[in-house]
Amino acid sequence: MTVVSAQNLGLTFPTGDGDVVALSDVNLTIDKGDFVSFIGPSGCGKTTFLRTIADLEKPTSGTLSVNGMSPEEARKARAYGYVFQAAALYPWRTIEKNIALPLEIMGHSAAQQAERIQRTMELVNLSGFEKKYPWQLSGGMQQRASIARALSFDADLLLMDEPFGALDEIVRDHLNSELLKLWARTEKTICFVTHSIPEAVYLSTKIVVMSPRPGRVTDIIESTLPRERPLDIRETPEFLAIAARVREGLRAGHSYDEDHV
Amino acid sequence: MNRLLPVLTILIAIVAFWYAMAIHMNAPWQNQLNARADLVDVPFTEFAAQTWAQDKPVLPAPHQVVAEIWNATVGLEITSRRSLAYHGWITLSATLLGFAFGTALGVLLAVAIIHNDASDRSLMPWIIASQTIPILAIAPMVVVGLGSVGLTGLVPKALISMYLSFFPVVVGMVKGLRSPEAIQLDLMRTYDANGWQVFWKLRWPAAMPFLFASMKVGIAISLIGAVVAELSNASGGGLGVRLLTGSYNGQTVQIWAALFIAAGLAAVLVAIVGAAERWVNTRMGARA
Repeated sequence: MTVVSAQNLGLTFPTGDGDVVALSDVNLTIDKGDFVSFIGPSGCGKTTFLRTIADLEKPTSGTLSVNGMSPEEARKARAYGYVFQAAALYPWRTIEKNIALPLEIMGHSAAQQAERIQRTMELVNLSGFEKKYPWQLSGGMQQRASIARALSFDADLLLMDEPFGALDEIVRDHLNSELLKLWARTEKTICFVTHSIPEAVYLSTKIVVMSPRPGRVTDIIESTLPRERPLDIRETPEFLAIAARVREGLRAGHSYDEDHV
Repeated sequence: MNRLLPVLTILIAIVAFWYAMAIHMNAPWQNQLNARADLVDVPFTEFAAQTWAQDKPVLPAPHQVVAEIWNATVGLEITSRRSLAYHGWITLSATLLGFAFGTALGVLLAVAIIHNDASDRSLMPWIIASQTIPILAIAPMVVVGLGSVGLTGLVPKALISMYLSFFPVVVGMVKGLRSPEAIQLDLMRTYDANGWQVFWKLRWPAAMPFLFASMKVGIAISLIGAVVAELSNASGGGLGVRLLTGSYNGQTVQIWAALFIAAGLAAVLVAIVGAAERWVNTRMGARA
């Protein structure tokens, strides 16, 4: 079943000195249960694409459907949970109250809220931190709380915009393997923006390589790795081969050498 | 202890300076008095004591002011027209009423301004213009004008307090209600939250630190507003009236006593707002 479908999608931001083409002619289908990574250098439109799925930006051309609806209808149907680059927890709410925020807004009963808070906090291994305030948690734990918040209302689609970008590599490895377990347990569809090649290859069933000026898709790689992935799978030749193809795609799509000298 | 020492040092320095200035400023009059009484060659210590004990000194000594405050509060019936506690209460009630009005008006205006671009452009210039008019000029007109339509007593004074105190609240709350980051607002959009939910669950709590900072300024100028309003209506009572009658009669000790009561009142009010702020902060999970 198709969750996200984009045809000839384009998005142009008007700015003071001319238009900026953020997305141009993007064609992509994401099926239910996929783990799709978007990778590319800054300015390639990967975050913009995620935000158009979430109806936080409006495409200026082409068509985009989410769960067979327009992105706006999908947003109003609370079809997705969104995890931002920063945890964006509200500092005046405890962790459990932060996770309760979408539930309060969507009108869940107190009993339902309590049950879902407990379940999602277990899912992200944060049990025992319910009454803590965000500043009492490390960056990695804050980001896990923000994932729990996105999962709490049980949307089938999870949109993640470089959620681990600000974390150190050790925490990042740990959270990556936890995210895979979480994905296996919940069977959600995940769209994941990153600029780390190992992260993209390790996590994804499908890797979308993008390049800037204008933002476009240069390669779509279906991963051949098994769904069960221990961390040391990153040393296997198969993993390295996919990583090499991603790197190749990045190089072909975007000439670092010419533009940035 | 190591906080007490510098505070005490400064206090002692101020009091010493004050006593010295009292000698200096009251000396000409004391010299005249002594000349009339044929007192010559008064030793300095005695002369100093004389300058600190005049009836209507140019600058009363601290102990004279303290004694006046004591006599005019504890030493008098609270219902006495000369009681500073009585007049302080009149000023305090106008201050609190005006502060409540002002804070409410300030918050309402800020909400209107952040939710509506037209009201931002149409209201803000008037709000700023309102504060460029000298309050000393407008207060008598308001008090006398309202008095002519039968509105006297507390309300006209409270209106002047409101006129001063709504301004810091509007400015602070516009800033505060706009303080949530784009990412926090985006989050609300992904939940399809309505405007009411965005306001109560995000904008309002985010604005709390700004509200309390504004209220601290607001309550202090509320008191000034009440005192200034009292200057225009001597029959109503209040600390402003004590200042006015004191200056008519050259009762400098009375003026200073009223001034100190007003200053003490303002300090207590600001401290109460500060305590409320700390209480709210703790409830909102601020670092201890």
